[in-house]
Amino acid sequence: MRFIEPHAHMVSRTTDDYADMATAGCVALCEPAFWAGFDRGSADGFRDYFRQLTEVEPRRAANYGIKHFTWLCINPKESEDIALAADVLSVIPEFMECPNVLGIGEIGLNKNSRNEIKVLQQHVDLAAAHDQLILVHTPHLEDKHKGTRLILDVLKYDSRINPERVMIDHVEEHTIGMVLDAGHWGGMTLYPESKCSPARAIDMVERYGSERLWWDAACDWGPSVPLAVPRTACEMRRRGHDESLIEKIIFENPKSFLSQNDRFRL
Amino acid sequence: MAMTRQKVLDQYFMDARHKLIDIAAFLDRVERAEGDADFRLEAFHDAMKRLDDKGKDRAQDVLMAFSDPTEEPIPVAPGKGACGAWPGESE
Repeated sequence: MRFIEPHAHMVSRTTDDYADMATAGCVALCEPAFWAGFDRGSADGFRDYFRQLTEVEPRRAANYGIKHFTWLCINPKESEDIALAADVLSVIPEFMECPNVLGIGEIGLNKNSRNEIKVLQQHVDLAAAHDQLILVHTPHLEDKHKGTRLILDVLKYDSRINPERVMIDHVEEHTIGMVLDAGHWGGMTLYPESKCSPARAIDMVERYGSERLWWDAACDWGPSVPLAVPRTACEMRRRGHDESLIEKIIFENPKSFLSQNDRFRL
Repeated sequence: MAMTRQKVLDQYFMDARHKLIDIAAFLDRVERAEGDADFRLEAFHDAMKRLDDKGKDRAQDVLMAFSDPTEEPIPVAPGKGACGAWPGESE
């Protein structure tokens, strides 16, 4: 089995996780910028983080034969501070030409506040101005449905944005339909406690089809499983699905979306 | 759908049974405990009613039962976390 892990926060993971993912067939992974579990105090903190994403993690991944790609932004959890967000947004272009940068992400909303929406609009503007792909984080739990709708409104409002160049991640049963209907791609995040279980992720593929969908582990410093994607593939096999369909979800689909940036080469 | 109804039961019944008993035990635990509950328990009971819905959208209905139904952005984020149920506009 070969697979692409399209969303993994490897700065939070051990080298053993890289080894396990490579053993399970991971050929490439993508690491969006995210909230580190604490608020960074300045844009310089983000500059260091972006260096980690563009210099350090690609080397760690390469030790196990895994290609490492990344996305840059200030995560919505830190977007309430619009002064800090403006400073970080001004730093991002310094890194946009790095060979493993695929686009702007994971941007989006967290609590659906006005400041979060302002910063989201600024990120979308940055992506459009530099013709970048976009990876979107949708809010957690009770905030997801409302936040997803607000995010779709922001994207629709900017006529420069091609929906097919936007991945909306962390979809669940109550948001997947609106994301696909808007012409975007949808990501299902396989978490042990929240977001989506393997069984539900397969249910959604069975109900909505296999077009413009991927699975990811989004493994980070919280409860999460780096091998969630191959384990879900095994679950799909137990249900009797064809290998070609499994490969489409875990390899071909992420490859198709990510290859819209020429830097994504396997 | 790759599976027959019988295969779905063969493959998932024990797991679903296990989770259902865990929910029953959780409700018993809440009942045994002292002090006041909060909006989350009411939301949980409301969400459970959606299990009796007909059709194929129970997961979506349960998710919606826990969701913020409002449409406008909030003025300021009160924090970073989510608790799993919408507390209502007065909270």
